[in-house]
Amino acid sequence: MKSKIRLTFDKCKKAKRPALITYTVAGDNTKNNSLKILNKISKHADILELGFPHNTPIADGGQIQGSSHRALKNGIKLKDVFQIVKKFKKNNPNKPVILMGYFNLIYQNGENNFLKSCKLSGVDGLIIVDLPYPENKIFANKCKKKSINFIQLLSPTTSKERMKKIVKDSHDMIYYISMLSTTGGKLKVSPKKILKNYNIIKRVNPKKNLVIGFGITDKTISSLKSANGLVVGSMLCKTITNSLKMRQNPVTNLVKVVYSLKRKII
Amino acid sequence: MSFKIKKNIPLIDQHDKNFMYGGKFGGNFIPETLKKPIDDLTKLFAKLRKDKKFLRERDQYFTSYVGTPTPFIKLENLSDSLGGAQIYAKVVSEANGGAHKIYNATVHCLIAKKAGKKYVVGDTGAGYAGKMLSMAAKKFGLKCKIFMGAKDIKRQRPNVVAIRKNGAEIVPVTTGSQTLVDAVSECMRYWVSNCDTTHMCVGSTVGPNIFIKICAWSTAQISRELIKQVKEEFGKVPKNLKLINCVGGGSSAAGFWNEFMDTDAEFIGVEAGGPKNSRLHAAPLTNGSKIGILHGAAQYVIQDKEGQIGSTESISAGLDYPGISPLHCFLKDTKRAKYTSASDEDALKAYQLVSKLENISPSLEPSHAFAEAIRIAPKLRSSEIIIVNSCGDSLKDKDIIKQRLGSYTR
Ligand SMILES: Cc1ncc(COP(=O)(O)O)c(C=O)c1O
Repeated sequence: MKSKIRLTFDKCKKAKRPALITYTVAGDNTKNNSLKILNKISKHADILELGFPHNTPIADGGQIQGSSHRALKNGIKLKDVFQIVKKFKKNNPNKPVILMGYFNLIYQNGENNFLKSCKLSGVDGLIIVDLPYPENKIFANKCKKKSINFIQLLSPTTSKERMKKIVKDSHDMIYYISMLSTTGGKLKVSPKKILKNYNIIKRVNPKKNLVIGFGITDKTISSLKSANGLVVGSMLCKTITNSLKMRQNPVTNLVKVVYSLKRKII
Repeated sequence: MSFKIKKNIPLIDQHDKNFMYGGKFGGNFIPETLKKPIDDLTKLFAKLRKDKKFLRERDQYFTSYVGTPTPFIKLENLSDSLGGAQIYAKVVSEANGGAHKIYNATVHCLIAKKAGKKYVVGDTGAGYAGKMLSMAAKKFGLKCKIFMGAKDIKRQRPNVVAIRKNGAEIVPVTTGSQTLVDAVSECMRYWVSNCDTTHMCVGSTVGPNIFIKICAWSTAQISRELIKQVKEEFGKVPKNLKLINCVGGGSSAAGFWNEFMDTDAEFIGVEAGGPKNSRLHAAPLTNGSKIGILHGAAQYVIQDKEGQIGSTESISAGLDYPGISPLHCFLKDTKRAKYTSASDEDALKAYQLVSKLENISPSLEPSHAFAEAIRIAPKLRSSEIIIVNSCGDSLKDKDIIKQRLGSYTR
């Protein structure tokens, strides 16, 4: 059976557009709001990445750190993250949800236990920032057995040889990190250069769905729209931060931003 | 599965193909972007440590720049006043810059030069790692940035002044507890973004495996000197020898013990117990913390049930860290070393007593080790020998000591 992630990419390809992938942090700024956000933005977004926050993230920039901090201050726990997914999935069973975070939370929860909760709540995929290839082989296989996508990451520093191995071991989606940066950095590489690297990876296996993330905002998204998918995260976290600062409703503001992102790539 | 320390193999090399010690400590839990720079560094270091020319260069700098050997002295007055074991000190604070952090900093700058990097970045807690990196960077003509928690910038002023004097930029870290743990995170994040031009130095035996290796390999100079000094003093490595060292990340202890690994010497590591009656200790080995992942490595770490890293509190900025080197986790599990903790108050008392009776004045970090020596010495026979690594000088803690004890004497 094709995964929901794969079906989503198929659908987007047919419409000749990239999949829009959003990243928000579970529990930001409240548990309720983050569920509302998922419900509302899912009208425009194709795949929803949901961060499970960690308080010592070694690869996140200021915006996502801020969101994680807010969520943790509100007492978000892993079980709440799964609750949010479960509730969302009840109304949106076909919309893929990908959890993203750091390995220690899975390690403490127990790999099998964690995957069981993923299954029960309807999680479609996982991105684990600090579990690179080949250290992730065993866990990635466990995911595959449970029909959960383990999403491998590639970066500009990944060697060609390594890239080939990772692509070969990947599932339905691969994530290309656009530049040397934590999340939320300014796009310091030209879209042309990013797409050049993107195409090198695509040539390894054209069938694999490859998405680009890091540094993508409303200003840069349209120049990258030839990719299979584009991830926007920090800009959304920033929208929440700014809404709270200006005492506006983060949910409505976020929906507007996601809608305008979508408009730029169709 | 039970693991043992292997004889005749450097401790840093006793890992499996995933860079895990004892099958469960260490590894490389890092973002994909850092895979290549870490791989490159791993290969470069493997080559350099076998390169005779590089070793000569290192030794030259250790001799002429760091100053070798640092003194090994008997603390007659302290031993007499406590009655019991004979207490000695390896006065590593006599090394250039005033602490053991100079070894790691010097080696990192040498490596950075070989790698063709023009920039170095590093973390610091007590400020020594930062001070030494800025010193060495200046010496080797590298541009240097130091990440330091805002709380530590306030409490370790003398070292902050020194870092700036050396021309390095201090980046204040205002996230989380604003201490060492946050400084290391921020430094790693910076490296993720700048790994193409910049060399990173981790200030202790923590982080991804290669940083643990380079650091322990560098501080091993302490025990290379000490084992000679001990043999000169006693004719051999005596039985009933205890080597006591404070552990924050664990770099000075790893270096202090390394050459004694295959001897009968007993190793005692002293963690920061924090304020008396506080639960915010920085003592993951003593207090039964579970294994978790921090800064790219699996280790015993202070954390909650979910895996969020816990906060710590210690009077000594250098020990105020929720994790501990995978090497020490391995030494603990194999029972090669024992670990205990000393409270803020015990450390202050030890500082006071040693400074009063002897010609040395340990900083608050080694004062934790002295506290343990002072605690056990009276219970031991006079044939027993204790050596404490006095790896820092109290001068940097002047402000804290004044505030806590009313006055500062050195
Ligand atoms: C004097 C001194 N001793 C000990 C430490 C603790 O670090 P480690 O355990 O790596 O030796 C520090 C750290 O800053 C220090 O400055």
